[in-house]
Parts: sequence; structure tokens; C-alpha cells
Amino acid sequence: METTVDVEWLPVCKTTDIPADGGACALVEGEQVAIFNFARRGEWYATQNLCPHKQQMALARGMIGSTGEACEPKVACPFHKRTFSLLTGECLNGDECSIQTYPIKVEDGVVYIGWA
Amino acid sequence: MVMQHLPTVVVIGNGMVGYKFCEKLLAKTSAFNLVVFGEEPRVAYDRVHLSEYFGGKTADDLLMAPLQWYHEHGITLHLGDAVQEIDRAHQTVHSRSGLVQPYDYLVLATGSSAFVPDIPGVEKEGVMVYRTIEDLEEIKACAATARSGAVLGGGLLGLEAAKALLDLGVPQTHVVEFAPRLMPRQIDAAGSQMLQTKLEALGLQIHLSKATSSIAGEGKIEALHFGDGSILEVDMLVISAGIRPRDELAKLAGLEVGMRGGIVVNDEMQTTDPRIFAIGECALHSGMIYGLVAPGYDMAEVVASQLTQGARAFTGYDMSSKLKLIGVDVASFGDPFIAEPHSRAIVFEDTHNGVYKRINISPDGKYLLGGVLIGDAEAYNMLLQTVNNKIVLPPHPEDLILGARGGEANEGAGVMSLPEEALVCSCEAVTKGAICAAVTELNVTSVDGMKKCNKAGTGCGGCVPMIKDLINGTLTAQGAYIKNVLCEHFDYSRQELFDLLKINDIRTYDAALDHFGKGDGCETCKPAIGSILSGLWNDLIVKQNTIQDTNDRYLANIQKGGSYSVVPRIAGGEVTPEQLMVIGRVAHKYGLYTKITGGQRIDMFGAHVSDLPDIWEELINAGFESGHAYGKSLRTVKSCVGSTWCRFGLHDSVSLAIEIENRYKGIRSPHKLKSGVSGCVRECAEAQAKDFGIIATEKGWNLYVCGNGGSKPQHAQLLATDVDKETLIKYLDRFLMFYIKTADPLMRTATWLNKMDGGLAYLKNVVLNDSLGICADLEAEMALLIQNYHCEWKEVVENPELRKQFTHFVNAPKVKDPTIEFEPVRGQKVVKAW
Ligand SMILES: Cc1cc2nc3c(=O)[nH]c(=O)nc-3n(C[C@H](O)[C@H](O)[C@H](O)COP(=O)(O)OP(=O)(O)OC[C@H]3O[C@@H](n4cnc5c(N)ncnc54)[C@H](O)[C@@H]3O)c2cc1C
Ligand code: SF4
Ligand code: SF4
Ligand code: FES
Repeated sequence: METTVDVEWLPVCKTTDIPADGGACALVEGEQVAIFNFARRGEWYATQNLCPHKQQMALARGMIGSTGEACEPKVACPFHKRTFSLLTGECLNGDECSIQTYPIKVEDGVVYIGWA
Repeated sequence: MVMQHLPTVVVIGNGMVGYKFCEKLLAKTSAFNLVVFGEEPRVAYDRVHLSEYFGGKTADDLLMAPLQWYHEHGITLHLGDAVQEIDRAHQTVHSRSGLVQPYDYLVLATGSSAFVPDIPGVEKEGVMVYRTIEDLEEIKACAATARSGAVLGGGLLGLEAAKALLDLGVPQTHVVEFAPRLMPRQIDAAGSQMLQTKLEALGLQIHLSKATSSIAGEGKIEALHFGDGSILEVDMLVISAGIRPRDELAKLAGLEVGMRGGIVVNDEMQTTDPRIFAIGECALHSGMIYGLVAPGYDMAEVVASQLTQGARAFTGYDMSSKLKLIGVDVASFGDPFIAEPHSRAIVFEDTHNGVYKRINISPDGKYLLGGVLIGDAEAYNMLLQTVNNKIVLPPHPEDLILGARGGEANEGAGVMSLPEEALVCSCEAVTKGAICAAVTELNVTSVDGMKKCNKAGTGCGGCVPMIKDLINGTLTAQGAYIKNVLCEHFDYSRQELFDLLKINDIRTYDAALDHFGKGDGCETCKPAIGSILSGLWNDLIVKQNTIQDTNDRYLANIQKGGSYSVVPRIAGGEVTPEQLMVIGRVAHKYGLYTKITGGQRIDMFGAHVSDLPDIWEELINAGFESGHAYGKSLRTVKSCVGSTWCRFGLHDSVSLAIEIENRYKGIRSPHKLKSGVSGCVRECAEAQAKDFGIIATEKGWNLYVCGNGGSKPQHAQLLATDVDKETLIKYLDRFLMFYIKTADPLMRTATWLNKMDGGLAYLKNVVLNDSLGICADLEAEMALLIQNYHCEWKEVVENPELRKQFTHFVNAPKVKDPTIEFEPVRGQKVVKAW
């Protein structure tokens, strides 16, 4: 994950706190952030935890996966299965709502979120 | 390219029909110079699916063809430039921007506009119509802040508009209709009544026999005033009171128009000037305006044929239609109103499920003339075909709307028995023969492929289910194997994967994906493979919790707001006073809402995820175990008290229910399983509404299978009669294992049986007579699953690593999700509304 904006890297949890190929929610500066350990691809993603569909704090509990030729990584909300791109936050079911993504990095077994 | 010497066809109007005409003409010839004028700022789009614009489709998705298409086909297109005058003497048209375009032939495809009645106040802000994308944008903007909205007009379009307002989240949506009932022109009175009940259940408020006398408000609409003195306060109004053909140009040019609008045409679609044609919603043929696309397309075909020396003529059109409201099927076909002595009606009315069906048959009982379907329009396409092709009716025409009754008759052979020339897609005039030929000769195997191949299904889309059935039917007839692949990551059906994973001894999702899949998986294949793996090995589900649906991942049912519910097993519904006290104590301690479920047990709602392990620890210590209410697995075996207490009871239904529930508990299946045991035919446990139900008889037990409550209830069917307990359990083992191995993901037993070739007779043969020679395997596989049972919650409670996963915040395990909010109700708490 690279970013051009100036962000402050906040340590959030240990890599082992997040299940492989799944997610968990972390409290970052009072906000709920969903962190995903895409172990299959060796990638990490972070998004808002709130599903914009019915305003449920649930995305961290969703299943992750990929879609399309380009294998776009995505997460599916456990409530009604709206899916969102982990790269762009865009809703992949044609709904207009999208979610925020955050810069994330892993160093020495610690997960950092880039806070703007 | 020199085009000057080619004769010029000018098309006025770039709507659905104008576009279709260009497409059809170009398909026949390139001997014309085509010039199109369109008044709207964009190229022709699909008005029929306009409401999908609310559902997230963009204007581009709705285009009939992209702008580029017009360029590629050498069409000169003037958008946003309306024609203002036709000079018939000089054969030219004059556009608003000042263009003067000569023509050899002129095609008027100006469509219609929404009819706005002359009510004082219609000019007020917040009063709109529903015809163009621009109208939709306005409606959407208005709906964002409106507290209450109304639609004027309870016809086909009005109801679609009302549904759109509901979907846009307008809290109060009203429909105001002048007539005493809804859709008076399409359906009969009883149908209207049923439709009204269904729509009211969706949240629409319906006002009938209301004449709107004025629209009140200071500049902006505030209320509707009615003739009877009543008032309805609204912030927005969508008028859908009918259409007005756009015949103003024609009238100006001295062409004949109808008294109530519409450009008069003959069977060749010529106006009173033979060089000028009119097609689509602006044309008046034999006194009729056709407000549907399919006849418009047919008219386009007629003109294209006329210009290329063809001889096609327009001879009227069937006005059958199906409404596209989600959640409420409404259809009318043929002649819905024809009555005695010209026809006899067969009516089916089920007020409980909100289904009304009426078919009109000829007095001799031979032919279907028309009908109305409300609440369940699945049979629409087939019935329409039966009318249009004058298919001779079966001896019991009531089967057409009731389905064949009496057990094991086959259904669904229907479509394949249609004649070759049956028009399946009326919008694009594609016959059954053409569709089947595309399958056999061009190897088209999907609806999308068919759309590309011959455009079938691209118009109103109503025929798509039938196209699907025809493709599958043709493939089956060819002996081709049709498979339901899991998703984009696995090119196999669930049943194939079940066998593959078994033979290859695959025990994890990742291994399955590596061996048989591609990509990184998704929310469809993960739980499906999870279910297969459980069905094979019954390993502990929490070991691979990230491939499970959230309920299986947290071993609890997620509820609105993100809290979970807890359901301990109460086998057969039998519970001791001591156990009740434990449940009461735990619920009290953790502040849980308690309710008796439909399956004779107790559900505790409102648990924070981080409290789940503690709650379960207390329950398990008191002897409870997981109720698997969260799993696609056996839920409950409901029982009546049977011979132990009931004076009618023949055998001990409670003991059998407990034994069976404990035998199959925790086993994962394609979907949830429910069961019941009744002590006699009075059936107090409602066993015949279950996936498997057992009823005591004088001589033993009767076993019923594949019943279903839920949204499409279906009675279970008798599989075995008067068997003893051992035989019963043997049959159950086989039946359940066969289901677990062969059903598609999330397919209940009822659907599984409905889709099974040969139906109940086949199933009976497999389970009772071992016709496939697999019964010994099925029994052994089931024995393995039963042997591997463990209470998942016990494992979690005893394992600190697993327990750790039950937190809301990984970095603040003690903090609960602050967004979960409750409110009090009747002495307990419930979650705050969405
Ligand atoms: C919300 C909605 C839902 C519908 N649902 C269904 C359905 O389920 N099934 C069904 O069969 N039908 C349905 N219809 C009806 C269907 O859309 C029409 O029958 C069809 O669009 C008619 O096509 P047309 O080309 O005749 O008219 P239009 O599509 O209206 O096109 C006419 C075009 O001509 C233009 N025009 C007019 N005058 C001029 C001029 N002087 N110069 C240049 N351009 C001009 C207009 O701006 C317009 O773009 C629906 C309609 C609506 C609005
Ligand atoms: S089903 Fe028969 S045995 Fe059971 S409670 Fe009802 S009447 Fe009694
Ligand atoms: S019937 Fe509907 S609302 Fe009631 S519990 Fe089932 S899903 Fe929920
Ligand atoms: S709340 Fe996320 S999909 Fe509905």
C-alpha cells in the first residue's frame, strides 16, 4: 500500500490478531476500522467498518474474496451481501454508496493504519 | 462514400421505436441515407426499464445503442434538435436549430407525452411526470427530502412510479386513483382487490374513487384537494394519468389525426401522405394507440419491410402485459374481461397468500382466451403462449393455474411442447424454433448468448424465463448436461465438488480452491465449500471460520444492529424447570430479550459478540449445548406430547423427536432442516410442513419429506408408510445424506425435490429400493457425520485462542460496539430500528 498524501502511521494491533483471509475491527482514533488480512495474496486492506447499506457496523465480519478477470479484492457485508472493492471502496453491486479505504502497512508483526 | 444519390429516410424521434426502426432497416438494406432528429439530449434509451435507473443503473446502461453505433452505421443524428415543421409540398423538415432536411420518406416516431390533466395548481413545484430520464432525476431529487409523496393514477405506470417512490425511501407513499379500483383497464375487480391488499402490505396507501379538484400550496405543492372535500398532505406528486400521442407535427402538416389524438395510419403504417409513416406510441391504428414497446417494434418492422419492397402489414397486437413490481406479480393476457356467454371463467383465490388467478376459456372448453394473475405470475409466459398459439387445452384446464395435483405428475414439460412458430420474444419477434435452432446449430447455451445471437429477450425482458427453459430443454433433449456452477471461482456444481473433494480427500477451503478453483474465492463459494466439507468430514467449523457466513463464524445469529442471539438446544421441545431457570438467570444477567421460537425453544436476543463465550460457558456448565440455530443444519424436531399425555396419542412422539434431533444435530446441510413428529393424524406438530416429518399410525410411523414453510409453503410428501422405528431411521439417514450430497447451495429440500428428474417416484426408488446402489454408502457416510459430532460452543469456551476471536475491537477487547442501541418494549429491550 502506497500513498502520496501525508499520513500518520498509527500502530493498531498485531498481525496475529487478524485471522488469515478474514477481518477484524479495530478502534482507531475513535473510529471503527475494518482490517483485512488477505493472507492468500499476502495483502492487507483497511476500510470503514460501517456498511453504508443499512448503517451496520459489520464489514469486518464479512467474507473477503475477489471478482472478475482482474481479481479485484472485495468484501461482502454479512447482512445483505453488498460487496465493496477493497482497493477503491466502490460498491460492486451497482449501488451508489461506497466506503472509505485507509492506507495500511505491516512492519515487524504490527499493523499500522495511515491516518490523514 | 457518396450518399447523395441514395434516397433519404428521415426519422423524427429517437426513442425506442425510432431506434428500432433504424436497426431493422439497416439489417435489411444500406440503400438509404438515414437522418434522425431527436428532441431529447441523449440517444435512444430503454424507457421500459426506466425505474432501474433508481436501482443503480446509469443512463449509459439504459442506452439502446451507444452514440458510436450511429456513426458506425452512417446515420446522421441530430440530438436535442426537435423538428418543428414538415413541408410536405417540398418534402422537407425544418428543425428548431434551423436545419432544413429534404426527405424521400419520412417516419414519425414521436412517441407520446405524459397526459397532465387540467387541475388547478399542476404548475406548482414538486408536481412531476414520469417519462424521461430528466423526469427521473427530478423525482429522485424531490424524493430525497420529501416526507410524503403521491402518485396520481393507479394504472400500470402509476404503480411502477409508486413503487419507485417507496424504493427511494419516501416515508409515506400514496396512490390516488379516480376509478373505484386499481388497474381497471388490465385486470378484473377481484384481481384489483387482491392487488390492493398486497400493495398495502408493501406500505403503499391507496385512495380510490378520488377526483382531484386542486393542488394546493404556496408555489410548491403542499396538499391535494379532492372532490369529496377530503385533503391529502404531500410534498410531491407524480402524475401518471395516461399518455397523449405526440401528433402535433402531423396535425400541423395537415395529416389526419384521431379525435382523441394519434396519427391515423393504415395497415402499412402509412399516414394520409403515402410518403410519411407513423410508428410507435404516436400512431393510431384501427382506432387503437399501443402504449407498449412490442407492437411499436412490430410497426417498425412493417415500415422497414415496406421500404424494401416487402409486404409485411400491421394487423393489430395483443396487449398482454406483466407488471415489473418486485414482490407483487401482476399480469393480464389475452382478453382478461371476456365473460359469459362467450367464455367461462376458472378462478382461484387464496386470500391467505394473496394469490388470485383467473382464466377465461372458450365455452366448449377447448381454448384459452385470456386471464389475470395476481400474486403469482409464474405461469404467465406459458398461458400467453397457450392463448396466442390456440393450443388445445388439457382435459382439466384448471391445472394451468393450480399445477397438476395428485402427487407424482411431472411439471415443466410445458415449453418444449409449444409449436415451432410460437412467438416467444414478441418484442424482437423471435420464435421458439429460432431459439432452439440457436442452441442446436450455433451452440448458444445462455440467455446472454441468445441475446447476442438473435436479440431474443432484449426488449421488455418478460420472456427471459421462457428462453432459459427453452435453452435448458433443448440441451436436455440433446443429452447435453446442464450444470449449475457454484460461482465465478468454481466451474463445478455443488454435487460435482462434493465428489471431487471426497475422492481427493480435501479438507480445507484453500486446498479446494488450489485444486479445483481460480481467483481468491468469494462470499458464495466459501460457505458452499464450507458446507460440503462439513457434509463430508464434519470437522470443527470454527477451524476455518473465515469461510463461514457470519452466523457460522460467530456461532450465533446476527441480528439487526449487529448484536447476536443465543439458542441452546432443547431437543423435541422438552425442557426441565431447572433448565428454564438457568436460561432465565443467564438472560437476566446479560440483559437479553427472550422469546419462544417457532421451533419450540427459547431464543435470547441482544448479546454483544464479546459476551457470547461467557454466556455459553454458563449454559454449557448447566448442561446445555449449542442449538445450531445459526447453521445451515438441523434446527429443531418439533413434537407434540403424543401418547405420554395426549388421549389421542398412538406412540411416544416426544421420545422419538428427541432421539432424532440428537441423532442429526450439528450436521451441516445445503440449507437448514426442520422436522416434526406428531403422535397421531391430528398432526399437532405440523410435521407435514417440515423437511422431514413423522406421524404415528396404528402400525408404526409414516415418513413425509420435502415440506417447507417459509415464503412458498409446500406440503411434505409421503415417502414411507407404517414403518417401524429402525426402518424409519435407516430411511432418514439415506434421505438426508442424499440431499446433503446432491442439492445445490442454499436449496431447501422442497426445491430439491421439485427440480429432481422423476420427482418423488425417483426419490422413493433411491431411498427405499436402493435403485442407485448407494444406500450402504449413504448410511456409512451418515454414521461418520454422527460420530464426529461436537458441540462447537463447548470447544470455543474451552479454547482461549478461539475465545479471543469473540471481540468487537481487536485492539480493545473490553469495549463493546457503541453503535448498538436498544430501546425498551413490554418490559424487555429490543434493538433500535434500522
Ligand atoms: C416508466 C415507463 C415504464 C414502461 N414500461 C413498459 C413495459 O413494461 N412494457 C412495455 O411494453 N412498455 C412500457 N412502457 C411504454 C414504452 O416505453 C413505450 O411504449 C415506448 O417507449 C414507445 O416508443 P416510442 O419510440 O414510440 O416513443 P418514445 O420512446 O417516447 O420516443 C419518442 C421520442 O421522440 C421524440 N420526439 C417527439 N417529438 C419530436 C420532434 N418533433 N422532433 C424530434 N424528436 C421528437 C421524443 O422526445 C422521444 O424521445 C413504459 C413507459 C414508461 C415511461
Ligand atoms: S398429534 Fe395426535 S397425539 Fe399429538 S397432540 Fe395432537 S392429537 Fe395428540
Ligand atoms: S419471517 Fe422474516 S422477519 Fe420473521 S424472523 Fe423470519 S426472516 Fe425475520
Ligand atoms: S447492511 Fe450491509 S448489506 Fe445491508
